[in-house]
Amino acid sequence: MKTKIMKNILMTTGVSLLTMGAINGYAQTNLSLWYHGAGNPVEAKIIDQIVADFNSNQSDWNVILESFPQESYNDSVIAAALAGNLPDILDVDGPVMPNWAWAGYLQPLNIDQTAIADFLPGTKGYWNGKLYSLGLWDAAVAMITRKSTLTEANIRIPTLEQPWTLTEFNAALLTLKQTGKFDYPLDLGLAWKGEWFPYAFSPFLQSFGGDIVDRSTYQSAEGVLNGDAAIAFGEWWQMLFEEGFSPGNSQDAADRETGLVDGKYAIQWNGNWTALNMLKAFGDDVLFLPAPDLGNGPKIGAASWQLGVSATTPHSQGAADFIKFATQDSYMAAFSDAIGLIPPTETSAAVSQHYQEGEPMATFYELSAQQAVLRPVTPGYVVAAKVFEKALADIADGADVADTLDNAADEINNDIRRNLGYGH
Amino acid sequence: MQKSLPTLTQHNQSGWLFALPGFGLMMLFIVVPFVFAILFSMTNQRLISPNPTQFVGLENYQQLLSVNLLVLDPDVTATGEIKRDNRGDIRYPRIRSYTRNNPDYAHLQGMKEWFSWQWQDKKIAILASDPVFMKAIVNTLLFVLIVAPLQGALALGLALLINQRLRGINLYRAIYFMPVVVSIVVVSILWRFIYDGQNGLLNNLFHTLSFGHFTAVDWLGNPNTALGSIMVMSIWQAVGFHMVIWLSGLQTISPTLYEAAKIEGASSWQTFRYVTWPGLKNTAILVLIVITMQAFALFAQVDVMTNGGPLDSTQTIVFQAVERGYGKQDISGGSAISVVLFIMVLGISLLQRYLTREKN
Repeated sequence: MKTKIMKNILMTTGVSLLTMGAINGYAQTNLSLWYHGAGNPVEAKIIDQIVADFNSNQSDWNVILESFPQESYNDSVIAAALAGNLPDILDVDGPVMPNWAWAGYLQPLNIDQTAIADFLPGTKGYWNGKLYSLGLWDAAVAMITRKSTLTEANIRIPTLEQPWTLTEFNAALLTLKQTGKFDYPLDLGLAWKGEWFPYAFSPFLQSFGGDIVDRSTYQSAEGVLNGDAAIAFGEWWQMLFEEGFSPGNSQDAADRETGLVDGKYAIQWNGNWTALNMLKAFGDDVLFLPAPDLGNGPKIGAASWQLGVSATTPHSQGAADFIKFATQDSYMAAFSDAIGLIPPTETSAAVSQHYQEGEPMATFYELSAQQAVLRPVTPGYVVAAKVFEKALADIADGADVADTLDNAADEINNDIRRNLGYGH
Repeated sequence: MQKSLPTLTQHNQSGWLFALPGFGLMMLFIVVPFVFAILFSMTNQRLISPNPTQFVGLENYQQLLSVNLLVLDPDVTATGEIKRDNRGDIRYPRIRSYTRNNPDYAHLQGMKEWFSWQWQDKKIAILASDPVFMKAIVNTLLFVLIVAPLQGALALGLALLINQRLRGINLYRAIYFMPVVVSIVVVSILWRFIYDGQNGLLNNLFHTLSFGHFTAVDWLGNPNTALGSIMVMSIWQAVGFHMVIWLSGLQTISPTLYEAAKIEGASSWQTFRYVTWPGLKNTAILVLIVITMQAFALFAQVDVMTNGGPLDSTQTIVFQAVERGYGKQDISGGSAISVVLFIMVLGISLLQRYLTREKN
């Protein structure tokens, strides 16, 4: 009995001595990485590959990946920050980044600015003049439809140089509606709640000449969210639902996914992440059209998920090295090939499958390069986005336009005041 | 005598010791957060912020609960005639011209229209600094007032039905109880399909039953039907739980009373009125209080099915508390809402206790 115990003790110490030796031998410091893509096997495969390559490529750092489902990712980070358990590297949704930087969750990213000079503007997260986050892709939104749908209805196919004007767009919707072939001529996707609203629809407001907040100071929404341009936008927005041009807030989520392919909708306002499926469904007939010019030039939203370094990590150099490592053309092209995301540089676009010159999705690269507008770069965006979403949902349901936008502007101003100007 | 005192205190000590785990958990998860909520509601505490927390007194409550009244005279032409729109309705100046940067009405600054009505030529508008919260209060009260009696009565009906010795009655008990065991989130998602405006189950059913005369209703997308739809679903979901409580009450009533009633020749209504109902008095109080509390806490259904819309017709107090405290990162505002809710529920519980007290 006694000998057995002794043997156990000896074995345990022996094993632990061995493992200690192993750690010392490699001398790699562990870096934790949090990522929002749990439940997406394609995405997981690529990020796993990057992590494995990085770990075997140098001997200082050992990155350990932890994935979260996207719906609860932000909550997990906030909870971790409150408990003081942030990882070393974390990914962050572009518009949320200033909020986390301001709150002290992130530290500036130590990457040479000249090395990323040719990245699309939407992939670089700047706050207070410093780079905090960098994206391995960008996303863009376009009107997806079929060439045959437009030509049969005698509608001009818009181009990047000459997008539809407001009157042309409205007329096209009316014509498509009158064909009687579709439940709705346009699917804006109100079934998708949350960030989709400000991401996809605030560019319409900007194209009208309004905005969510006044970007010269970031201290007020008065006059931009409830000025004449914004009210004109609101009335147009309401008209889309009153006239039956687009399904409203109670749109069936399943219809959002399959409605265009099933022929229920003629045109769909959707992101490039669905482009691959549409290519498969429609083949050569598919069209990715630029946003309409509603007065102040065509606009679409910019910025998707990006990587940053947490403020609490003692290994910021290792974290930055990993992010730098991940921005190789081959990895960025891999994300693009697998999910259809936009590669952030021209060189990575050139080696990607769908964004090479002449490929149908190259449109998205140009859209992103020419028309993309960042959502307001302010810590207060998180609240403003919620307010904006509710205002748009209410207007779509028939609420008074001017009053709703007034209330939204008031609420945003009140929030900015209570946060002492959000550090601008 | 002198000896017995220390033993007694010793017993008392071990009593406290036994109570400690439960007591400690209750302190930690109920009392402490509650005290925090009251404290936070008087500050500008944020969920995440580098700014220091400041004491703001009752500002959060003022922002939530301020109500004011504005009487509007109609628009008149130069000749003194009242202007009317195309439909012949009287035209009034816009409320925003009073509540936005109007130095003559500084006390109305930032207030919004809650509701209004016409009285003779004038329009009387009730303004609130937070009409969404006001609507949330009204919706929640409406929900409680309708759901509490209906759910209680329905549950009693079901309990009476299954309180019989029939073959297979346990099967029915299980069926009625089933929705209670399923997560409310799952139930809500399923009912969203049932209520779907285009090809939902309910619309299809009515369509078939009426031989095609029924025009589809967008149950959750229409401000007039959204709250009602959530009520129906909520009643259905929790009715089985209260049925079981009623059932346990029914089974405590002595069978001899029923036998006596039978011998006396009582009709079934008389049996219910004079035997069953008096025997259920304490159960009734319990069921009523539990339903009321659950109804006040309405959240998951709204969060999954409507997000408070359309046009705030399904906003509720708890939904607003979560939306503000977490969604909009305003912990202080969310705390203030929780405290208001606490006071409301406390008040109603005290009233219920008073109304159902033992009258000696």
